[in-house]
Amino acid sequence: MRRFFPLLLLLTAAVHAQTAADLPPADARGDLLIRGATVLTITGGTLENTDIAVREGQIVEIGQGLSAPRGAQVIEAAGLHVMPGIIDAHSHIALSNVNEASNPVVAEVQMGDVTDPTQIGIYRALAGGVTTIHTMHGSANPIGGENETLKLRYGTFDPEDLHFEGAPRTIKFALGENPTRVHGRGRGIRPSTRMGVEQVFRESLTDAQRYRAAQRGAAEQGTTPPPYSRRMETLADIIEGEVLVHCHSYRADEILMLMDVLSDFGVDRITFQHANEAFKIAPELAAWGASASIFSDWWAYKFEVYYSTAFNAAILTRNGVRTSINSDSGELIRHLYHEAAKSQRYGDLSDDEALALITINPAWQLGIDDRVGSIEEGKDADLALFDGHPLSIYTRPVMTIVDGIVRFDAERDGDDMRLDVDPAAEIEDVRLYVHDEDTCLRDAFVF
Amino acid sequence: MADRRFLMRFLTLLLLVLLAFPAQAQDRVIRTEQGTFALLNARIETITNGTIERGTVVLRDGVIEAVGTNVTPPADAQVIDAEGLTLYPGFIDGGTQIGLQEVGSQPETQDYNELGEVTPQMQALTAVNPNSVHFPIARVAGVTAALTSPTGGLMPGTAALVRFHGYTPAQMDTGFRGVALNFPNSARRGAFDRRTDEDIKKQFEEAMERLDETWDQALLFARIDSAGAASGQPQRPAYQPEMEALLPVLRGSAALLVEVNAAADILKALEWLEGRDVRAILTGVAEGWRVADHLATAGLPVITGPVLSMPTRGSDRYDRAYQNAALLRQAGLQVALRTREVENVRNLPFNAGFAVAWGRDLGFDRQAALEAITIAPARMFGVEDQLGSIEVGKAATLFAADGDPFEPSTQVQHLFIDGYQIPIESRQISLYEEFLNRNPGLTR
Repeated sequence: MRRFFPLLLLLTAAVHAQTAADLPPADARGDLLIRGATVLTITGGTLENTDIAVREGQIVEIGQGLSAPRGAQVIEAAGLHVMPGIIDAHSHIALSNVNEASNPVVAEVQMGDVTDPTQIGIYRALAGGVTTIHTMHGSANPIGGENETLKLRYGTFDPEDLHFEGAPRTIKFALGENPTRVHGRGRGIRPSTRMGVEQVFRESLTDAQRYRAAQRGAAEQGTTPPPYSRRMETLADIIEGEVLVHCHSYRADEILMLMDVLSDFGVDRITFQHANEAFKIAPELAAWGASASIFSDWWAYKFEVYYSTAFNAAILTRNGVRTSINSDSGELIRHLYHEAAKSQRYGDLSDDEALALITINPAWQLGIDDRVGSIEEGKDADLALFDGHPLSIYTRPVMTIVDGIVRFDAERDGDDMRLDVDPAAEIEDVRLYVHDEDTCLRDAFVF
Repeated sequence: MADRRFLMRFLTLLLLVLLAFPAQAQDRVIRTEQGTFALLNARIETITNGTIERGTVVLRDGVIEAVGTNVTPPADAQVIDAEGLTLYPGFIDGGTQIGLQEVGSQPETQDYNELGEVTPQMQALTAVNPNSVHFPIARVAGVTAALTSPTGGLMPGTAALVRFHGYTPAQMDTGFRGVALNFPNSARRGAFDRRTDEDIKKQFEEAMERLDETWDQALLFARIDSAGAASGQPQRPAYQPEMEALLPVLRGSAALLVEVNAAADILKALEWLEGRDVRAILTGVAEGWRVADHLATAGLPVITGPVLSMPTRGSDRYDRAYQNAALLRQAGLQVALRTREVENVRNLPFNAGFAVAWGRDLGFDRQAALEAITIAPARMFGVEDQLGSIEVGKAATLFAADGDPFEPSTQVQHLFIDGYQIPIESRQISLYEEFLNRNPGLTR
């Protein structure tokens, strides 16, 4: 009986579908050999019939005829395409709140405090090849809270486990209709116009400059520093380049405005989120060095996105603006590879250029391109496997790997992959999909 | 994909060269012309009669005059060499609000939701704006007709199938009418519907009661109306616009479009429809796969979608919504697809492609998906004599694509609606051409 046991175990594993409880712990780092795949490296071309060796969650070797690291799981990938794990630079999944809308400036709040690692939406994103997401504060305020970059190590109840260690701090800014609607029209306070939005930035950043100067002066002279302000600390850190700005924006003129403001405060890096009209000022964005993180084709849902074009990604790319495509949606995040593919209908981006929109470009925008975003030796083994070319409509994701750990496997995973099941609920809710879920204004109108 | 890339590059280069010479720049005005056209050397996916690998299609007076391998182009025809291109009948979106809304957040531009719970007399066609910027954007993706429907309340109004060409609603009208019924709904709308279970139950029961009352009233109204007509008296029942609008449904000249999504509600709707003599089409049907056997027994046609949507329950497999159309068809149902979109009706072909990617193992192949956005909705809407396939005598509504129209990299090269040649132009394309190499650039 004893010698049949391993065989029996193997059979049981094959028969029983995996549940969320079976997923390895979040701190696990895998050893793998992916064998015989078409490897879309993004930065180093496409390699046919190639192996990827992974040790302790890192890519150690890419080549042909590699031998498996000791004890490594071997994934036979002949006929499969492997690309870097997809990175979503704008997401509101895995969050229990989105907007602290109580003030036009809330730089003191942090999305890392409201990470919810149990949401099924995380698994659904993994099932679309996504491995890293930028969970953002909402767009109710000109200066929102700090965002959090997460790795989708689904299977844990500890929010800390998802945090992308070493990722730079980022903060949410917002221009246009959302802040003027929420504050100006909703609460009768500034800003109610795009003029007001500009002054919120100038006044806040000036206050922060003086706060930091007073701190330094007090330290030098041994006098009492200004009263501690978490808000001022974060704003001063933005000016000092410690916190990357990601700004919700639509119209070309307001994008130009913020570039001018940031230049005046010596800030030289920004990613404009959504930026539906970025294409109109592509030369200015390129000259400034600003980047854009956009939708593939969402538009006309409000007036400031009426004069949009789905050719935005192509125009920006051709003008030298580093561009990513994001989801801002729990639905769309599941097929970002398809959203990237649309840049070949709306423009003529090459396969590598299209895939860069959801890999190396968002990685750069989040300041994590040394770790993820391409398949290179020394980078994290965050990989997405597909049963065909990921830009084809007929292709399905088959496996998603984070830190060398398989966290989605179309073959093995069960139907119900919830982590957090309410044992008291007799009947599960049925929720019909509505288009604008998980978007920027969630929680903003509760008052 | 390499050859295609090269071709695309070449075409873009060609475009840039053209733009560089203002004297030769394209006319920016969208003018459509009806004429006699012969498309030669085309691959033709007829939908209903297989695929012709190399053939000719002749369009004259707005209809398809000839299709086949042995067709001689008429002497008066404008000849288009469709070498390397494939012809498809125009796609039909089975459910949208196109034309009824211009900008999502601007109530001034929204005309799909009239006040009142029971307003079947509200005509979508009345509010369709033929000049909406959304029509050209959708049609250059090959989508040439859509059901556009009022929403909100129990009976929001009468939907119409419109073609995406014409300067008046009448010119866009295909003739199909369906009265929309939002069957009472026990599901939550979206992730942030925070109604209590009791509230949902109460609202459901109230809606059922209102539905039954309305229907009984309509039957009585129809009976009085018929009796009056039979007796030869000109007298009609007291004017009730809601009831007048339900007469075509009761008499079979208009369909009843029953929007229903949660499994329990689908069963309730099937029970409610049993014995009611109407041309019912089920729409939405998001949880149809759960009760596919019941649906199969009832045998009603189904318009489902968007395919690109979320599973309805946390415990559902991640790809359930992608598979719904395939599972319903596997159960033996007639299935059409919809986007439920306004500005992104252009994504209908991608919805069809996703249904194939996740449904092919269940028998939902490319042909099934093509049917679900062509001949299947045409049959459901009773316009299969005009639309839904490339056949002699049907409307000359078709397009030529340089590849599989479900693939994002494919481009539509020629487009005809009722024999009108439609330029491949839209505001989004114009903006591309203007801003790809903006002039002045950085310096004036």
